[in-house]
Amino acid sequence: MLSLRSIEKSYPLAGGQLPVLKGIDLIIEQGEMVAIMGSSGSGKSTLLNVLGLLDNFDAGSYHLDDVDMSELSERQAARYRSRFLGFVFQSFNLIAFKSALENVALPLFYQKIPRRERQKRALAMLERMGIADRAHHLPSELSGGQKQRVAMARALITTPRVILADEPTGALDSVTSNEVMDVLREVNSTGITVIIVTHEADIAARCDRTIRLKDGRIIEDGNSSEVVEPTAHGISPIS
Amino acid sequence: MRAFDPDRLIELVQVIVRNPMRAFLSSLGVGWGLFMIIITVGSARGLENGVRADMGNDVANSMFMWAQSTSKPYKGFQRGRSLELNLADVAWLEENTQHLDLVVPEIQLGGYRGSNNVTRAAHTGAFDVHGVDENYPQVNPFRITRGRFLNPGDLNAQRKVCVIGSRVETVLFDKGEDPLGEMIQIQGVLFRVVGVYKPKGTGEDAENEAESIYIPFTTFGKAFQTGDRVEWLSVLIRPNVDAAEAEQATKDLLLLRLNAHPDDKRAIGGWSMAEEFQQVESVFGAMRLVSLLFGALALLAGVIGITNIMLISIKERTKELGIRRSLGATPQRIIQQILGETLFLTILAGLCGLILGVGLLELLDGFIEDGGDAGVFRHPEIDLKTVLNVLIILLGMALLAGILPTLRALSIRPVVALRSEG
Repeated sequence: MLSLRSIEKSYPLAGGQLPVLKGIDLIIEQGEMVAIMGSSGSGKSTLLNVLGLLDNFDAGSYHLDDVDMSELSERQAARYRSRFLGFVFQSFNLIAFKSALENVALPLFYQKIPRRERQKRALAMLERMGIADRAHHLPSELSGGQKQRVAMARALITTPRVILADEPTGALDSVTSNEVMDVLREVNSTGITVIIVTHEADIAARCDRTIRLKDGRIIEDGNSSEVVEPTAHGISPIS
Repeated sequence: MRAFDPDRLIELVQVIVRNPMRAFLSSLGVGWGLFMIIITVGSARGLENGVRADMGNDVANSMFMWAQSTSKPYKGFQRGRSLELNLADVAWLEENTQHLDLVVPEIQLGGYRGSNNVTRAAHTGAFDVHGVDENYPQVNPFRITRGRFLNPGDLNAQRKVCVIGSRVETVLFDKGEDPLGEMIQIQGVLFRVVGVYKPKGTGEDAENEAESIYIPFTTFGKAFQTGDRVEWLSVLIRPNVDAAEAEQATKDLLLLRLNAHPDDKRAIGGWSMAEEFQQVESVFGAMRLVSLLFGALALLAGVIGITNIMLISIKERTKELGIRRSLGATPQRIIQQILGETLFLTILAGLCGLILGVGLLELLDGFIEDGGDAGVFRHPEIDLKTVLNVLIILLGMALLAGILPTLRALSIRPVVALRSEG
């Protein structure tokens, strides 16, 4: 369970501070699939970074399975990221000079898993994603959808408790986006919590719960079918 | 203990392969620095070896002393009194010294580089003739190529035997003729040749040395009416005793023995090979230090180059570092990676410089061995201890080179790194 209480976060600006998160209270239970929506600058990516221990916060508390995350050293935070969290980014964030297999195996390298085991598990994960035949290709030799599958394989290889996806379909066409969401749903069905930052209503609609942010505050939090309204074209966000 | 993970090495190689030209150029400075250290230290050693070879006939802890005229009046004696040493003085000195291991009396016919008439049948030559005892080779070592050197029996029995230098053999004997057992005439006195020697050193001194003849000190006194007069003493200073201190202490003893003023600086003459060696040693020590220093400075310039390149590399790879941290890389892992890359690059470049430097020294050595003219230069080499020292310096500098880039890499927060371009 992830629990945020009164989280505040500001960025320094010339001559002052820019508040980005203003007292976020949020509880996400294990196994939920949650979309975080909001317009640009609403603080949704910052919230995801705080949840992923990639960024710190100024005030409030964050507990992951009753462990206070605000007290962690950078080393401990890295260990939590390694063991409990998986990241999927809009721009894939694959390491350009490493093959798909090497990229997927990298988190296991940081878990000090033996090389042979790493390779075996990475290949199995690429097979699960349907791109085992691209295992030895560099990211530059893969399509956008293939890159995102590699990124998801990398996020899943450590069997994390939580997947944090920042606009995972933002750079993909609708068909590939649907495929990515299928994978995320499948992942969620195994009990892994999935948190997706998106501004696409149809992506949010495929989640169980949607949280809407505005100016660093949660303005809506509920079942996706209630928060995200259907439109003539399908589903669109409430502005 | 965990087994070495080959992916660590693969990662290091990937970094170099990604930008080989940059890796090469940044490594060039370090490689060049180490190459220069090896070449300069090796060359200094070659020069040292050459000089040492020229001094090869000399013993590092030897010293020579002789009696002169006094320059101060003392106990009723006027200044200008001519002092003389004899065998009794030698025995007294041996008994009372705490600084010397050996005292050899020596006398020479005709004075230093005097011309003596040495003949054998129709052959004639002018050679130095020395009266010495059986211990003389300890002070002035040479290689006995045939026969033997003088022994105590020769001294005690005042035998008319001699040991001749290789040049003396060439002059007095025909080619292929065996001089052992043959008689030669020194100033009209017949001596039997019992040995032939060859000087150990090279150069002019060694050539002169090959033109000497050694006869028993006791025989010399009798044959040439010098009695037990000693012209000079060849002595060996005890190990770990300072040469200047030994020289002064010995002079003090001789002044006492010869009833000369204790502060008379001119009464006893002396020349210390040990001091010469110490001076030469300090010159070569300074040369080694200077060459090491210049090499280290060249190496430092190279290391600064690598630091610079690594800083640029960190800037370019900020996003990659952010990705790694999001995947669970601890700060320690980042330190290992950046330091590892710097060390790998530096040590690889350093080893290339080392191998090239040693290779060039070997080539030079081979050229000299094959008869190439290198002047006083001989066996340019670098010993294992110096190589290890250089490698330790290299390792230290590599660590130094890695500190700034590592601190820079650690200072970037993961979220900032992930947002960066590239």
